[in-house]
Amino acid sequence: MSVSTTAIAQGVRTHWRTDRTPLLRLGLLLLATIATIVFFMTINTRGNWDFVLPFRARKVVAMAIVGIAISVSTVAFQTITENRILTPAIMGFDALYMLIQTMVVFFFGGHTLLTLDPKMQFGVEVAIMTVFSTALFWVLFLRSRYSLYLLVMIGIIFGALFRSLTNFAQRMIEPSDFAVLQDVGFASFNAIDESLLGVATVLVLASSLVLWRALPELDLLALGRERAISLGIDYQKSVAIVLMATIVLTSVSTALVGPVAFFGLLVANLAYLVVGSPWHRYTLPAAALLGVMALIGGQTVLEHVFGMNSTLSVIIEFVGGIAFIVLVLRRRPT
Amino acid sequence: MIEIDHVSKRYGDVTVVDDVSLTIPKGGMTTIIGPNGAGKSTLLSMMSRLIGMEAGRITVDGLDVTTTPSRDLATRLSILRQDNHLDARLTVRDLVAFGRYPYSRGRLTVEDRDKIEAAIDFMQLDPMRDRFIDELSGGQRQRAFVAMVLAQDTDYLLLDEPLNSLDMKHAVGMMRMLRQTADELGKTIVLVLHDINFASCYSDRIVAMADGKVLHNTSPDLLMTPETLASIYELDVSVHDIGGHRIGVFYR
Amino acid sequence: MSPPVSASRTMPIRLSRSIGLLPVAVLIVAVLAVISIAIGVYSLDWRSVLSGDGVDHSTMVLIESRVPRTIAVILAGATLAIAGLIMQLLVRNRFVEPSLAGTTESATLGLLAVAIFAPGIPIFAKMLVASCFALMGTFVFLAILRQIPLRSPLMVPLIGIMLGGIISSVTTFFAYRYDLLQSLSAWTTGDFSSMLRGRYELLWLAGGLALLAYIASDRFTVAGMGEEFTTNLGLNYRLVMISGMAIVAMVTAVDVVTVGAIPFLGLVVPNLVRLVMGDNARMSIPWIAVSGAGFVLLCDIVGRTIRYPFEIPISVMVGVIGSAIFLVLLLWRAPRVG
Repeated sequence: MSVSTTAIAQGVRTHWRTDRTPLLRLGLLLLATIATIVFFMTINTRGNWDFVLPFRARKVVAMAIVGIAISVSTVAFQTITENRILTPAIMGFDALYMLIQTMVVFFFGGHTLLTLDPKMQFGVEVAIMTVFSTALFWVLFLRSRYSLYLLVMIGIIFGALFRSLTNFAQRMIEPSDFAVLQDVGFASFNAIDESLLGVATVLVLASSLVLWRALPELDLLALGRERAISLGIDYQKSVAIVLMATIVLTSVSTALVGPVAFFGLLVANLAYLVVGSPWHRYTLPAAALLGVMALIGGQTVLEHVFGMNSTLSVIIEFVGGIAFIVLVLRRRPT
Repeated sequence: MIEIDHVSKRYGDVTVVDDVSLTIPKGGMTTIIGPNGAGKSTLLSMMSRLIGMEAGRITVDGLDVTTTPSRDLATRLSILRQDNHLDARLTVRDLVAFGRYPYSRGRLTVEDRDKIEAAIDFMQLDPMRDRFIDELSGGQRQRAFVAMVLAQDTDYLLLDEPLNSLDMKHAVGMMRMLRQTADELGKTIVLVLHDINFASCYSDRIVAMADGKVLHNTSPDLLMTPETLASIYELDVSVHDIGGHRIGVFYR
Repeated sequence: MSPPVSASRTMPIRLSRSIGLLPVAVLIVAVLAVISIAIGVYSLDWRSVLSGDGVDHSTMVLIESRVPRTIAVILAGATLAIAGLIMQLLVRNRFVEPSLAGTTESATLGLLAVAIFAPGIPIFAKMLVASCFALMGTFVFLAILRQIPLRSPLMVPLIGIMLGGIISSVTTFFAYRYDLLQSLSAWTTGDFSSMLRGRYELLWLAGGLALLAYIASDRFTVAGMGEEFTTNLGLNYRLVMISGMAIVAMVTAVDVVTVGAIPFLGLVVPNLVRLVMGDNARMSIPWIAVSGAGFVLLCDIVGRTIRYPFEIPISVMVGVIGSAIFLVLLLWRAPRVG
């Protein structure tokens, strides 16, 4: 009798010890994020509160939406692919979205219904994107079990193919002024398309909610396909749900700021480090907070300390590239 | 009772499991042996719905594994594959707690906690309950995964080469624990093993496969004869009686 | 990769086939070259060209623009394909090429450095600086490879791509700071439309380097086998390695400075030739040169006619076709898990 009581007491104690630290860290992250936002809102206002506050508030919302979309989708994607190197961006999903965007203009260019309403166009693009990338993912991940390095490689080359095709299609549409359409090669965080902000917010919240409801399944999927099935998960259904949420989130972030290859990789791996716990109820919020904080904080520092506006994504690529190489090199043999 | 009814599996042009019919009774320990590529692991994977089949039907206590909801099956049958690699950083206790998912979906009840503690105790993992899985030795990690399967508390336990990567001492320890699980907890254990002598010393029944077909399904004593073993492995094996067990010697 | 035993067994057949068909391939490239010369916004008046007084407009266009362009296409295609092969031999990995090893990106960084610090220097000097940067970038790549136990051959191009990405982000950062994004886009987007007389001649140097590589190709094959193996055969490993990489770096730099980067070319062409010819480098180099030239000529012709009178840059054309072929190569008989 006494033995079992001790066992249970011990169980409770360890339960508390393992549970509290991530929660505490999450709280600290939340505070840091709020501080960053307040800092961004109030720095260098020069008394123009009426103009600056609403203007910056919109920017904060836009960057928060993008930060959440990229980081949450990356964590979920890494869970269903069972590794911490691949991201939707590295798999070429954002490049695919850019291609679909161009193709929609290419095929429905003259169609008034679509060109009149950007929200409608956005909806069509997300729908096509979901179908295409689900199919791509299904063939690559579920039908054939390729090795991780091959998958990363395939993803990168698919990304290159999609980018080349986008470039090609853009030149086929209107070669004389393709330069206007062509992306400069890096995403821009301070010129977010605000006409889509409303739709984007709804989509990001809805997808995040879907993932939040799938928390136990996500924890299980991280154990690997066979263990997840053995523990009674409906594998295909769970993966499909998580994947679709991921794709919608990727579409939203790409529509708002363009492709960002390494931001998700960076934020997701930082989140794993910071919370030090595998449970998605901690990693998902931590990644979201870190994403928001990194974007807004980075933008604040660059804009107000160094007087640089559009270089955040370039810096992210630089740090992210190094992080990727470190992650690949440190990966233990399987 | 697990009933396998005319089951086949092909990969491309290669037939890995060829029209197999087999009944595994409830209780005790059944071991599947056979040379490489015999289709043992594939058969075990199909029994546990990890992979589909081209033809035939498998039922566990009358439930068809391909149509029964995964979650219902998870309370009756659990599978442990040979790969015990894990990328997620989990403690032993966290891992074992996953075994309760089919019952609690992540919200542990008092009963769940008791089962988890019992499984940890049974596998003698108490000293390392809060260590991370990737910090353990191969043998300890294997025991942690078995503890997870025990916490799942299913009538049927399927294990694919559980002795892989274990040294002699830990291999014997693992087989003793599995035997104990069958005898004391009344579980039905189905194993795939490479070592015929482990199979001979611990099993109640041995199923021998080769080229995707079941060649023999019998008791260890009847299976462990030079003639039968030669028909399975195409190798001369001399069989000796040592300490009440039949041991095959095939090293020279 | 096919085992060497079967390769040597089939060699005689392949040898005779390769010698027999090479003139045919050269002929095809020649036909493509004539087509390439013939098409363009200004339609040539062949009669006045052939009359030979050399002062009419058609002859002008021919000498100043069409012929230089076609020569540039042939030289760039052949030399980049060979540069890719040399790199594959030296690293002993069939999935590398200058743009998948940080070489191309380093050359671009070098050009940016020139544009910032010494914009006035002659084009030959620019090329030399870009070559030095390219060489340094390649050695950084090799140094990283030496640090790690390679668990998969695909890790090599993966690390190369990421290294290239890191270098590119540095380049983009400074190009943005110094308002040079326009020039940067010219270097990173291969385009033959500006190939006029007086602007393409540097490519002959790349041609010469490729010829040098052909003569030394056996040494590169040996060096790819490793330091001990090479020393055992009495060769100076470091010397072979450095000179091989120097050739690759210079060819890449010449290409970036004149035409702009053309991705995947150095990977796709040698790999396709290898599928038919096997692994003997010395025998396949002529084929790689001819196929590279033909491939780029074809892409260039299509790029010029598909949206006539506008042009689609060669880097876009090769990017689409090259990445598609690369994917097929990756997935074809790909190693699978489980």
